[in-house]
Amino acid sequence: MFSWLHIAMPPAPALFAQLLVGLINGSFYALLSLGLAIIFGLLNIINFAHGAQYMMGAFCAWFLLDWWGIGYWPALVIAPFAVGAVGIAIERLLLRRLAGLDHLYGLLLTFGLALVIEGLFRQRYGSSGLPYTIPAELIGGKNLGFMFLPVYRGWVVVFSLTVCLATWFVIERTRLGALLRAATENATLVQAFGIDVPRLVTLTYGAGVALAALAGVLAAPIYQVSPLMGANIIIVVFAVVVIGGMGSILGAIVSGFALGLIEGLTKVFYPEASNTIIFVIMALVLLVKPAGLFGRAA
Amino acid sequence: MSRRAGLWWSIALIALALAAPFLFYPVFVMRALCLALFACAFDLLLGYVGLLSFGHAAFYGGAAYVTAHCVKVWGFPPELGIVAGAAAAALLGSVFGWLAIRRQGIYFAMITLALAQMVAFFALQAPFTGGEDGIQAVPRGRLLGLIDLNHPLAMYYFVLAMFVVGFAIVRRAVNSPFGQVITAIRENEPRAVSLGYRAERYKLLAFVLSAALAGLAGATKCLVLQFAALSDVDWTTSGEVVLMTLVGGVGTPLGPVVGAFVIVTMENYLAQAGSWVTVIEGLIFIVCVLTFRRGIVGVIAPCLTGRAAAPPAPEPSPP
Repeated sequence: MFSWLHIAMPPAPALFAQLLVGLINGSFYALLSLGLAIIFGLLNIINFAHGAQYMMGAFCAWFLLDWWGIGYWPALVIAPFAVGAVGIAIERLLLRRLAGLDHLYGLLLTFGLALVIEGLFRQRYGSSGLPYTIPAELIGGKNLGFMFLPVYRGWVVVFSLTVCLATWFVIERTRLGALLRAATENATLVQAFGIDVPRLVTLTYGAGVALAALAGVLAAPIYQVSPLMGANIIIVVFAVVVIGGMGSILGAIVSGFALGLIEGLTKVFYPEASNTIIFVIMALVLLVKPAGLFGRAA
Repeated sequence: MSRRAGLWWSIALIALALAAPFLFYPVFVMRALCLALFACAFDLLLGYVGLLSFGHAAFYGGAAYVTAHCVKVWGFPPELGIVAGAAAAALLGSVFGWLAIRRQGIYFAMITLALAQMVAFFALQAPFTGGEDGIQAVPRGRLLGLIDLNHPLAMYYFVLAMFVVGFAIVRRAVNSPFGQVITAIRENEPRAVSLGYRAERYKLLAFVLSAALAGLAGATKCLVLQFAALSDVDWTTSGEVVLMTLVGGVGTPLGPVVGAFVIVTMENYLAQAGSWVTVIEGLIFIVCVLTFRRGIVGVIAPCLTGRAAAPPAPEPSPP
């Protein structure tokens, strides 16, 4: 029936391998857009430094291993806390001063921060990547019959999905999350109830940054640790955020994974477009539903 | 601006612009003029419509590629090459603008950034853009078949003319009824709509005009430096034009020009410093946003021209 359609069906293992790559990318999109959505919810700022903080997470893991011999598993905990602490300092020292100004200034300030951070790392480490080895426990792979699954990649997908769902649970189902959502709706009122909203804002920014750093640690063994790794991914994540809309936590997670998969499929069927497919989808979503698939109308 | 002071300043600036190639390295001034026009085009959108585009490199660099291709491969004369570049930028701008004006504020910034990234990927992958090398050795040619642009002075005055034309178009647009309407939309869009103005149309027209002028700047730059490169369409170039406008003063007539010259001069002096340039640009961004939101012209102009009260800083409209 579709004899006019000249798409070569790739062999199954190649297809599944690309789908896995898509899922991996989707994991990072989901973690990063989740962090962006949390920060945007409370601070009304698009954190342009998110990519730089993701890169800092990867570098933090690399420093820990290279300087002190501290391995992957401790780094998975230490790096988010360390980079999150930097985020808290940034919020306290810089972002707080923008209260009451147009939200665009937050974008410009964090863009400046991203330039500073990435410039410093590039000055010290150049543009080429540094290798980070896969931890011993996760080396190797399993033959699933229809495809070969490298253990580390499977781990990244499962772990980031768990983190995403845990974050969703905290925000939607706990008292802390209820406070957060209330402060998003009406900060003044929540403060009147005796909640320390400025501290909540600081911690929220720190948590969003920590999520980015966690994604960075996860990415370190897959991609090379490079000063440019954040700049390359953040623009795609922005497109993911526009597609999903920032109103919903679950929306950020779903659209992150879904777009990663679509990108992986594009690599199989039409590789020339794999770099731009997400931007094309963004354009289509803007035509059909400008507020984003999961977004509330502006 | 008090009339007499303004007149004297204008005469001084015109004299400086005419004498510049004898005082400074001409290519440096030409490049700065192109970026100044680029920043003016960008500021038409940020300063007067209140829309922060983070993708203007697509129009600047896109036009540079089109002009380079037309002049080098198809043998267009320079004036036609520049027209082709600006027209391509206007066309691209009408598509991007049509998509992007559906959202405002930070979404608008993210959308323009993402759309511009598509152009960057296209420039990297397309068969005729030269990949990593870009299009090099673009001939300057003869203007109207008469004037040899390989002569530095001829090229300089041609670039100056392009800048003056572009600058005049921006000023004319801002000081026209059209300019009043877009400013009204910036200040209060629902109200402008309720007065019967079709805000979307005005925004789109401003976007296309801004894109076309950014294209004019990119096309001229392509003839000056004789190449179109990936860095022209890169997001860092989009960031740079934001920085120039912010440093000089958003929504001031000469702010983007001053900002462009400041940043280009700084880059020139720090050319050997590698990535420190990026770090310093980032620091300038942070300082400007925190303490210097009116920019150089926004702060200094009222003092120089003896005007008593400073105008309120034009802030981009809330999303």
